[in-house]
Amino acid sequence: MNVVVCVKQIPDPAGTMKLDQSSHNLVREGKLILDESDSYGVEMGLQLAEQAGGGEVTLVSMAPNSETSGLRTALAMGAARAILVSDPGLAGTDALGTAKVLAAAIKRAEPDLILTATESTDGYTGTIPAQIAELLGMPSVTFSKKVTISGDNVTVERQTEEGYEEVEVPLPAVLSVTAGVVEPRYPSFKGIMAAKGKPVDELKVTDLGIDGSAVGASGARQEVTAVTPAEARKAGEIVTDDGDGFQQIISYLERIKVI
Amino acid sequence: MLFTEEHDSFRRTVRGLLEREVTPHADEWEEAGHFPAHALFKTLGAHGLLGLEYDPAYGGQGADHSYAVILGEELGRMGCPGVAMAVGVQTDMATPSLHRFGSPDLKEKYLGPAIRGEMVTSIAVTEPDAGSDVAGIRTRAARDGDQWVINGSKLYITNGTQADWLCLLCRTSDEGGYRGMSQIVFPTDTPGFAVSRKLDKLGNRSSDTAELSFTDARVPVTNTIGEIGRGFQQQMNQFQNERMSAVYNSVGGMGRALERTREYLKQRRAFGAPLLANQYIQFKLAELAAELDVLRHYTYACAEAYIAGQDTTRFATIAKLKAGRLQRNLADTCLQFHGGIGYMEETWTARYFRDSRLLSIGGGADEVMLQVLSRLDGFTA
Ligand SMILES: Cc1cc2nc3c(=O)[nH]c(=O)nc-3n(C[C@H](O)[C@H](O)[C@H](O)COP(=O)(O)OP(=O)(O)OC[C@H]3O[C@@H](n4cnc5c(N)ncnc54)[C@H](O)[C@@H]3O)c2cc1C
Ligand SMILES: Cc1cc2nc3c(=O)[nH]c(=O)nc-3n(C[C@H](O)[C@H](O)[C@H](O)COP(=O)(O)OP(=O)(O)OC[C@H]3O[C@@H](n4cnc5c(N)ncnc54)[C@H](O)[C@@H]3O)c2cc1C
Repeated sequence: MNVVVCVKQIPDPAGTMKLDQSSHNLVREGKLILDESDSYGVEMGLQLAEQAGGGEVTLVSMAPNSETSGLRTALAMGAARAILVSDPGLAGTDALGTAKVLAAAIKRAEPDLILTATESTDGYTGTIPAQIAELLGMPSVTFSKKVTISGDNVTVERQTEEGYEEVEVPLPAVLSVTAGVVEPRYPSFKGIMAAKGKPVDELKVTDLGIDGSAVGASGARQEVTAVTPAEARKAGEIVTDDGDGFQQIISYLERIKVI
Repeated sequence: MLFTEEHDSFRRTVRGLLEREVTPHADEWEEAGHFPAHALFKTLGAHGLLGLEYDPAYGGQGADHSYAVILGEELGRMGCPGVAMAVGVQTDMATPSLHRFGSPDLKEKYLGPAIRGEMVTSIAVTEPDAGSDVAGIRTRAARDGDQWVINGSKLYITNGTQADWLCLLCRTSDEGGYRGMSQIVFPTDTPGFAVSRKLDKLGNRSSDTAELSFTDARVPVTNTIGEIGRGFQQQMNQFQNERMSAVYNSVGGMGRALERTREYLKQRRAFGAPLLANQYIQFKLAELAAELDVLRHYTYACAEAYIAGQDTTRFATIAKLKAGRLQRNLADTCLQFHGGIGYMEETWTARYFRDSRLLSIGGGADEVMLQVLSRLDGFTA
């Protein structure tokens, strides 16, 4: 069971994120870390490979400046290797361009299964998983919460608003994994030290046989035309409790149709 | 000290793990006066955190001391000094001598399980009539063939109600003073051993502290750590590890306390502005931050010397003295600027204030540090 997990390396959300005023893109100069959303895919990939009694987890990532810090975190958890696509020509790539690059990189690993998060923490378009599947000609299942391999098929419990659906698709397939469905392991000290020596295969756009004009700012078909700050949160309403506070809260909840 | 990407990664891992395994339970454990040492230590052991610097042959990680610095800082940061101290006992107070001087058999039987977190350990030195003056201890192991027969008592023993074995310092001859002591691995299921009392403390309440008694308790002479009669010297050596680790905890805890105080003072308003707009408060906190930074880098210098194989007695003594004093001052200041709410049990400052008092007493009081330093630097007549 060879699993590819797509992992995005993003600026630390605990810090302050900055937007470039002209391109409206996120400034990603400093150190990047593993998107926490992707730690669930990594954990699930490791569990599936362990359950299958063999096989490896390969990470695939596209990131600027040969960034590997986030990859090392996932390697420390137990992934075997990583493919990193890092190329100045990728600056300004939109979601579809990102999907093209990731799909081409994934192909090289010849996986049985591809896992992603449902959406990233910094870009959160949530479009990449389905785009990758389409580009690779594979079935796509989103919002997976439980994944079971049975022979050449994979059965997925797929989160919906009401509950879950059970879906079965043939392998290889692309699944996006819902955050929180597994508990990502913390790497052990040994894992962290071992990660240092694990192979990270760094590729350029041309290595993937992709036409440079199809990616980067020039290839982007999506343009962020304007960015408006979120409306400042209004001060909350204070209910004074003269013994009937609970009634006021109930009528408020009724008003906003929660109950 | 140079921290690499692996160090950063290790710090993130430890912080995340402790935030998941300890921080959410801290209030409950403090209230109960107890924490589940066996369960927590198993988890920490599985991540390699209980034997970072120990020999891989016994399950250790073979890491250098710089990782212990990070572990210590993060243990201090997690907001539960009682548990930080309990872990410190396991990693840096009860086991260094065994690792350094113990026989392969003894290490196999007791160090391995401690590193894996399967056995909880205590360091048993202090007695009702001897604390600062370790040479005054009276607990006695009399030899009977290939067994020690132990009688006496130990006081203020951390992890004492939960420990599976103690690193016990006792007299094994009549020479008196610092001569004729030995360190013995004492399994707590030995007949004649009893926890006479669980003690009620001002702070670090989640850590259990006990008075222990020994009545004709028999253990094999092969349980002696290192050389018979060298216990005092071995323990003085072990104290250096204890002091260093306690200071790393302290540094991590003080850093976090300053951060939390800063955040609170940004949002708490008085006289039409955030409290942090007062220059008096700004300067007080900046001054503490400066002192903390000096201390932090002093501990890094100490760690480097330790890694280089140098004797760190002077470093550890000074660091412990200064950390104990700074921590008392810092905890007091953080509480002060929180005002009334800072005095409430529901606010972290109350517990931190209580917990912070210990460092100037445990592991050798401030005055004992001054005594050691006076001797080292020749301030004696
Ligand atoms: C205002 C604005 C500013 C933006 N600025 C930037 C920017 O500065 N940099 C930027 O990259 N994007 C930026 N984006 C998003 C960009 O347009 C693409 O959407 C983005 O590259 C695709 O990622 P996503 O995060 O939206 O993917 P999603 O579809 O939300 O991601 C789903 C999952 O796909 C996988 N995945 C996605 N991207 C990668 C990757 N690069 N490597 C490995 N796995 C991946 C991960 O598992 C991820 O969780 C911005 C979008 C907006 C609206
Ligand atoms: C919470 C807690 C946990 C502990 N855990 C352990 C443990 O796990 N194992 C263990 O063996 N011990 C433990 N101890 C004991 C601790 O190490 C001793 O309390 C400490 O060494 C002081 O000894 P004492 O209490 O006997 O004080 P004393 O020796 O009676 O000294 C009292 C005070 O006198 C002053 N003083 C001492 N010597 C001098 C001097 N030469 N000149 C001037 N003033 C001096 C100091 O201010 C000192 O605080 C613990 C203590 C506490 C409070």
